[in-house]
Amino acid sequence: MAAEPKEKKPIVEIRSYKQYFNEGKKSEVRAVKDVSFSIYEGETFGLVGESGSGKSTTGRALIKLGDITGGQIFYKGEDISQIKRRKDLLKFRKSMQMIFQDPYASLNPRLTVKEIIGGALKVHGLETDSNKRTEKVYELLESVGLNKQFANRYPREFSGGQCQRVGIARALAVQPDFIIADEAISALDVSIQAQVVNLLKELKEQNNLTYLFIAHDLSMVKYISDRIGVMNNGRVLEVSNAGELYEAPLHPYTESLLSAIPTPDPESERHRVRTEYDPAYHHYDNLDRVALHEIAPEHFIYCHEDEIPLYRKKREKLLKKARQYA
Amino acid sequence: MAQNVGNKNAEALFHLVDARERLTYPDNAAEGITDEGDSYVKTIAKRFFKNKVAVVSLGVFILLLLIAVFATQLSPHPRDAITGQFQAAPYDNFYLGTDDIGRDVLSRLIHGTQVSMIVGLGSVAIYVVIGTTLGLVSGYFGGVVDSFIMRVTEAVMSFPFFMVILTLVSLLGSGIWVVTAVLGVLSWPALARLVRGQVLTLKEQDFVHAAVATGYSTPGILFKHILPNVISPILVNATFGIATAILTEASLSFLGVGVQKPRPSWGNILSEAQSLRVLTAQPWRWVPAGILIFIAVLSINFIGEGLREAIEGETKN
Repeated sequence: MAAEPKEKKPIVEIRSYKQYFNEGKKSEVRAVKDVSFSIYEGETFGLVGESGSGKSTTGRALIKLGDITGGQIFYKGEDISQIKRRKDLLKFRKSMQMIFQDPYASLNPRLTVKEIIGGALKVHGLETDSNKRTEKVYELLESVGLNKQFANRYPREFSGGQCQRVGIARALAVQPDFIIADEAISALDVSIQAQVVNLLKELKEQNNLTYLFIAHDLSMVKYISDRIGVMNNGRVLEVSNAGELYEAPLHPYTESLLSAIPTPDPESERHRVRTEYDPAYHHYDNLDRVALHEIAPEHFIYCHEDEIPLYRKKREKLLKKARQYA
Repeated sequence: MAQNVGNKNAEALFHLVDARERLTYPDNAAEGITDEGDSYVKTIAKRFFKNKVAVVSLGVFILLLLIAVFATQLSPHPRDAITGQFQAAPYDNFYLGTDDIGRDVLSRLIHGTQVSMIVGLGSVAIYVVIGTTLGLVSGYFGGVVDSFIMRVTEAVMSFPFFMVILTLVSLLGSGIWVVTAVLGVLSWPALARLVRGQVLTLKEQDFVHAAVATGYSTPGILFKHILPNVISPILVNATFGIATAILTEASLSFLGVGVQKPRPSWGNILSEAQSLRVLTAQPWRWVPAGILIFIAVLSINFIGEGLREAIEGETKN
């Protein structure tokens, strides 16, 4: 597990963010209903949840790819919906970057690798001289383990893993502080996933980065994250330190999600009991006083006020059990 | 599911890789990629040049262009000078005979090529700029902007094309530049719609989101990131546009509202066939003009078809 960040200063704060598409029309989709969490400087925050839970939508809102319906998102203490002037927007874009899910779709098929990475440098005026820019592109390619001879090639000439590394090089080009990895490894095969995740870890240490790591794959998230948020149906249901989440999953949905991780041992796999989660069990839509409550330090659960003691008790029990086995 | 099972193994793999001092990449060798590093344009060109009909057509078109450029040098006689006998069948160095006042038909045809090329290329250049820009803006911004541009497009499209041209030409006066401008200004709607449709799908692609996240300005996104992906359908549309413009100019000139005499165009040379005597007894005065229009339009259409196939082959593979 990665070391605890020494000084906890939030770089991102999301407060009851909502995102409705086609609002007011018949086709209205409530993709995100109530999302709140913070990300501290220097940490890797994992955001997990099933398809359609709104985790990618949250990532996109955070990097300002669209307007949000409700709530507030702060980046470095600034409300991002207030960033309007081109100069401020550029500063924001330089500080925050994104790595996308589909490595091929995220690279323009008509541009060479040099144009893709160099373009980012050009936009932010980081290297105005074209020769120096090419040098910088070579440097970036090298830092993600790609040969500089690849610079004049087109994305379709690369494998998925290579494309994803080009995407990472593009994100790194502007020297950001914060990177959103939106299912950045889901489309890659397992050995390449390992490669990319290790690259991300290495780059984080070298460049002092903060990550928001969006994924649906719990074992991967456990490996990379310091803290984890669990999303379902447009809400963040549980936020906790990675270690505690796996030892004491409090929300029934988290329990269900963890119980779904297959184990490579056929014996235990045969006896593995899957816990089903019935979303109808919680009527979040009809209740007030339901919010993200702090059950224990740094452990939040989306629940009704009355449920807090129950969750506290459950946590004690689970932690005791975990310690017994340890 | 299969992916999940693999992930446990992946975890084991991570620690293995972690233990090493530095990450290694087996796929880092430059020669690891088999595909010859052709650019997009080169790939299309290669495929285009496999199509024999298209290549011959391209040759014909280039020849016509050269004829237009060097018309004065190539013509055996001055364009408007009365140099020969009246209405004579081909004789001596009047290879295609003379017209009713003794001008050399061949020289007039050669100069007519100029008109066709100017009108064809000029009007297409105008409408490609208008149509592409409006299509890009309309598709990318959507909403009110899109609705407005599309309503205008439909309005322009709903006019009976030929009638509007006839009216405008008779109002503005005829002449080669007026015809070019009018054709250019009236032909963009189809292209605007085509481009808009492409942009609608392209703008939802991750590479456009990535460009936004990188910090590109909106014109930067439109022209640097979206436009290169729409260039192929635009090119195909433009080729057919040239053929249509040449035909329309010929029709207008045939009707007497296009290019005005004494300046020759294939259309107004052809209009001499309106006289029954010329039509039946003096084929040298109109058949060559008809053949030239036919050849020009056909070759351009073949070029367009070849381009379309070369580009669609790209998406199929």
